[in-house]
Amino acid sequence: MSASAVVFYILSFFILAAGLLAVASRKIFRSAIWLLFSLTGIAGLYFWLQMEFIAAVQIVVYVGGIVVLIIFSIFLTQQSGKDLPAPVRSRAIFSVLAAGAGFMLTWLMIRRYGFHPVGQGTIDASVGNIGAQMLSTSEHGYVLPFEVISILLLAAMIGCIVIAIKTKPEDK
Amino acid sequence: MNQVPLSHILFVSTALFFIGMYGLFTRRNMITMLMSVELILNSVNINFIAFNKYLYPEKLEGVFFSLFIIAIAAAEAAVAIAIIINLYRNLRSIDVEDANEMKF
Repeated sequence: MSASAVVFYILSFFILAAGLLAVASRKIFRSAIWLLFSLTGIAGLYFWLQMEFIAAVQIVVYVGGIVVLIIFSIFLTQQSGKDLPAPVRSRAIFSVLAAGAGFMLTWLMIRRYGFHPVGQGTIDASVGNIGAQMLSTSEHGYVLPFEVISILLLAAMIGCIVIAIKTKPEDK
Repeated sequence: MNQVPLSHILFVSTALFFIGMYGLFTRRNMITMLMSVELILNSVNINFIAFNKYLYPEKLEGVFFSLFIIAIAAAEAAVAIAIIINLYRNLRSIDVEDANEMKF
């Protein structure tokens, strides 16, 4: 087993353990911190796959944006030292059964299906190549989805302000 | 990285997906449910990147799908947290069982 494979197995163990603790922890703040570790591990997995741009985006958007937003909203809405109520026992048992059965089914299908590489060549995931293809108007260009998603982000920003704006008591 | 077969990466992403699924089933707090949804979206991103890297190495389609999924996840999280804060202001609780009215 080479060093690269060892790095991969350590990273995947880290991702899965942190993810499991994030959904199982009884303190909501610890749960958010475990989610942060899991997302950082996924960024490490992208670095391991030599996709540096995606890894950087993962760290900037998820770790720097979404997790910080979640932690702020925990502070705004919850006493962060208080324990979450434990899930109902029957619901926990059936959730474990459903998730385990789904996992086994998917894993059996992955095992039976042999994956064969379709294309040859090496990947060029440099930032310059990604940017050129993102803004190209030719056949494999992504300029239309890029513009659509900028409109979506603007709409989401305005929508957040409208939803979360404080209304005065008299016009409620 | 060629020593690791593709199915091992798919094992990680499948396990992460069902961990998120378990969290979505058992948690009743809206913020923790949102965290489970983030785990599920990340497992999908790992799949796209791994397929792109192993099966279609001359194209970049998986990278673009992942980028758009990350952007949409950011918008979704922002809107969801705005809704959660608004609900908390009205109900003093962020438990999904308490949010059973459509209009205040």
